[in-house]
Amino acid sequence: MSTERLPGIRPRPSLWRRLDMAARRSFPASVAALLLLATSAPLGLPGQAELQATIALSCVFFWSLFRPASMPPAAVFLLGLLADLLGYAPPGVSVLTLLLVHGLALHWRRVLTQLGFMLVWLCFVGIASGAAGLEWALTSMMTFRLLPPAPAFFQAALGVGVYPLLAVMFTHAHQTLAEPEHA
Amino acid sequence: MIRLSIPVRQALAKLTLPVLIAAAFGLMLLGKADALLAERARMALADALAPIYGLLAEPLANTRNAIDNARRMLTIYEDNTRLREENERLRRWQSVALALDAENTTLKANLHWVPDPTPSYLTARVVADAGGVYARAVLLSAGPNHSIVKGQIALDDRGLVGRVTELGERSARVLLLTDMNSRIPVILEGSRARAMLSGTNGARPRLMFWPEGVTPAEGERVVTSAEANAFPAGLPVGTVHYTANNVAEVVPLARLDRLEVVRLFDYGLRGVLPPEASVARNAERRK
Repeated sequence: MSTERLPGIRPRPSLWRRLDMAARRSFPASVAALLLLATSAPLGLPGQAELQATIALSCVFFWSLFRPASMPPAAVFLLGLLADLLGYAPPGVSVLTLLLVHGLALHWRRVLTQLGFMLVWLCFVGIASGAAGLEWALTSMMTFRLLPPAPAFFQAALGVGVYPLLAVMFTHAHQTLAEPEHA
Repeated sequence: MIRLSIPVRQALAKLTLPVLIAAAFGLMLLGKADALLAERARMALADALAPIYGLLAEPLANTRNAIDNARRMLTIYEDNTRLREENERLRRWQSVALALDAENTTLKANLHWVPDPTPSYLTARVVADAGGVYARAVLLSAGPNHSIVKGQIALDDRGLVGRVTELGERSARVLLLTDMNSRIPVILEGSRARAMLSGTNGARPRLMFWPEGVTPAEGERVVTSAEANAFPAGLPVGTVHYTANNVAEVVPLARLDRLEVVRLFDYGLRGVLPPEASVARNAERRK
């Protein structure tokens, strides 16, 4: 970010460097898509469906907060669509939830990025519960029946547990792999 | 590329999110209005992924089996004792079964019994979990020229698994009997009473609508009923189990949490097609 604003003449980036920068820019969204595909592979994990929903949510929340340029609304929309198709949810449910989470993260960005990890995590607890509740309500509405709420609670709890793991990896990637300036 | 002034670009960037949120609502309406479209998109994605998951399935299953074997080594002594006792018991049952089989053959011969036609079946590998948070289903990998039809009945080596609900070019989706949308007409084997097996998305589907005066007994075997011409009679489903709240549930015989290979039987029954399939049929009728 700082080098962009420095005055001076810089050589025109070579094709290779531009490709590298594009790859780094698209790292967050592509990793999120790959994680979604990996969690619908036959791993035989208990609660794999909930894990998938949780991973989509964590990815969108983290990158919207710390590198929104790499997680634009269009990418969030496509990730939501992929999650809906893979998770056999009524189409649009994950799309809407993820877009709302993206919007909230952008809105609170200034405050949240100044806070420590614990507070961001606490905030994520609220977001994960809200998202699980919203997905439950929307799916119930779309299928015209009251679904059992237990999976929603499980999904929220799983999200709270999984987020720190993903956040540690993403924070590392944020400073190295996903940083276009390192190209 | 069109050069826009900075304020216009900023305004456009601010508009993207609301427009996409509106599009998400539109998508939900579209999905509700045209269920076939969502189904087709899903099966196209499943078709693309099924070969990849198919390659992954075998090494993953091997890893799981290796872990299981290592765990079983710890309880090998108890297992051996238990199996010896079970073998004793089964040997006694075998003689009873053989006697009954012989008796059955003579009785059928005397009655000029018309035997049920032997159904054709094909075997397919389960390559992925095709369920979600609110759905229970598995994805089967099939060759490009498969002959799987909607409504075919899936069984594993122990019992009923579910029915084929969605078909792709090289994949098929089987709705498990534990899914919320699954309703299976069954017979309680002891009392011959009819009942309905209704999925709850949990591990054990619930038993409903048995006639007055009959109580399903704990441990009683439950088999499919030919009612409504959706299933053949007598496929093993599970055993009755009561929860702590005295709700009658059925413990499925099939190992639904670790399906690797299923057999798809075609009994030629088209009485009641699964929900998605009936939508398709209506659409075809409209054409």
